[in-house]
Amino acid sequence: MKQLTRATLKTALNLLVFAVIGTAILAATFNLTHSRIAQSEQAEKLKLINQVVPESLYDNELIKDTLVIPASEQLGTEQDSVAYRGRLKGQPAVVVLEVIAPDGYSGKISMIVAINHAGAVTGVRVVTHKETPGLGDYIDFAKNKWISLFGGASHERYKEDDWKVRKDGGQFDYMAGATITPRAVVKAVHKALHYFEDNRDKLFAVSAPAVESTGQTEGASKQKAGAQ
Amino acid sequence: MNVQELNDILHNGLWKQNTGVVQLLGLCPLLAVSNSVVNAVSLGLATTLVMALSGAAISPIRNFVPNEIRIPVYILIIAVLVTVVQYAMNAYMYGLYVVLGIFIPLIVTNCIVLARIEAFAGKNPVLPAAVDGLAMGLGLTAVLAILGGMREIVGHGTLFGGLDLALGDMAKGWVITVIPDYHGFLLAILPPGAFIGLGLLIAGKNWLTLRAEQKARAQSIAAPQTSAA
Repeated sequence: MKQLTRATLKTALNLLVFAVIGTAILAATFNLTHSRIAQSEQAEKLKLINQVVPESLYDNELIKDTLVIPASEQLGTEQDSVAYRGRLKGQPAVVVLEVIAPDGYSGKISMIVAINHAGAVTGVRVVTHKETPGLGDYIDFAKNKWISLFGGASHERYKEDDWKVRKDGGQFDYMAGATITPRAVVKAVHKALHYFEDNRDKLFAVSAPAVESTGQTEGASKQKAGAQ
Repeated sequence: MNVQELNDILHNGLWKQNTGVVQLLGLCPLLAVSNSVVNAVSLGLATTLVMALSGAAISPIRNFVPNEIRIPVYILIIAVLVTVVQYAMNAYMYGLYVVLGIFIPLIVTNCIVLARIEAFAGKNPVLPAAVDGLAMGLGLTAVLAILGGMREIVGHGTLFGGLDLALGDMAKGWVITVIPDYHGFLLAILPPGAFIGLGLLIAGKNWLTLRAEQKARAQSIAAPQTSAA
């Protein structure tokens, strides 16, 4: 019996040693690469922003004119996100929002959505996604131009009910083989547009605290919904 | 390790025991990413790297791992190596990382990696273990490349589409349009296309093997006759 306990302990210790070594290697690799990964992602984001916002729309340093937005259900964000604001001759012109579609086929789809001051989408790009290669990944502009459907989309052009894929009776095309992915994207862009309309002035405000109160009221309304 | 041994390992990995068309292990990534040459070869090479590294990492510790817990330990080491490769790709080949997405972490669950470690690396010294992983991985990559090429030509009418994601913007013009004005054939791109393509490849491999055997037999029958005459 004693022997058995000792053998078991020895085996457990052995496994523990390997787990500790493995964790140490992973921690080291993470430390070595994570700043580089953040850099790659930032560089990619800048490239993307230039794709969704025509340069003629703004004359300020859009990348530096940022606003931190608290987690918002309408944007799909669970953490603070950053909005980039473009201004033309000092007048609010365009805002780039970070949006997450939580209901992709394989998890979250993170996107940037640019909306001009009049409330029309100037462009949408997918930043990261895990959709099936060859099927759902046509939302990626590098693969397909599908996402440019959103160029110019607004509540003036599409009614509330039009913000769906055609299969569901809306106005947005999709490709055979993958409906869940475009459905998630259309829904997320639509929600982001609503967020913009609800918070237009706060988004362009130079001081940040105004938007934070939005987060609070949203939290409050959620609590109310929970109470019901 | 002598030359004969090395040849055997390479021949086994690349042809005789090819993971893609003979052992039929690790079909999950095979079917999922082989819709274009670039995707197929990229994941094939990532798998090859993990197989060679895990062979080399597990072989030296094979005598320290108690038999009862060897599988969890092997999986742990494979998972660590895959994650290291994933971090490295994320940092240095961002475009490709975005394309291959979830399939990189899935290398951990690819049974071919564990199978080779159980069958080979767990019983052999470091160098043969690493070479075995490399050869098996390259064999798989070759099958993936052919399957990817078939599916891309039939499905999209192009070859090497998306090469710029792996090699940067300079590769943008390297796409070969095999069939101009092609409207695409969705079946080849969808998973059934992978099954059909793989079936054809297995049939082709079997036919070649059979023909080689027949030739060898014909020669061995013919040889005594000629010597008698």
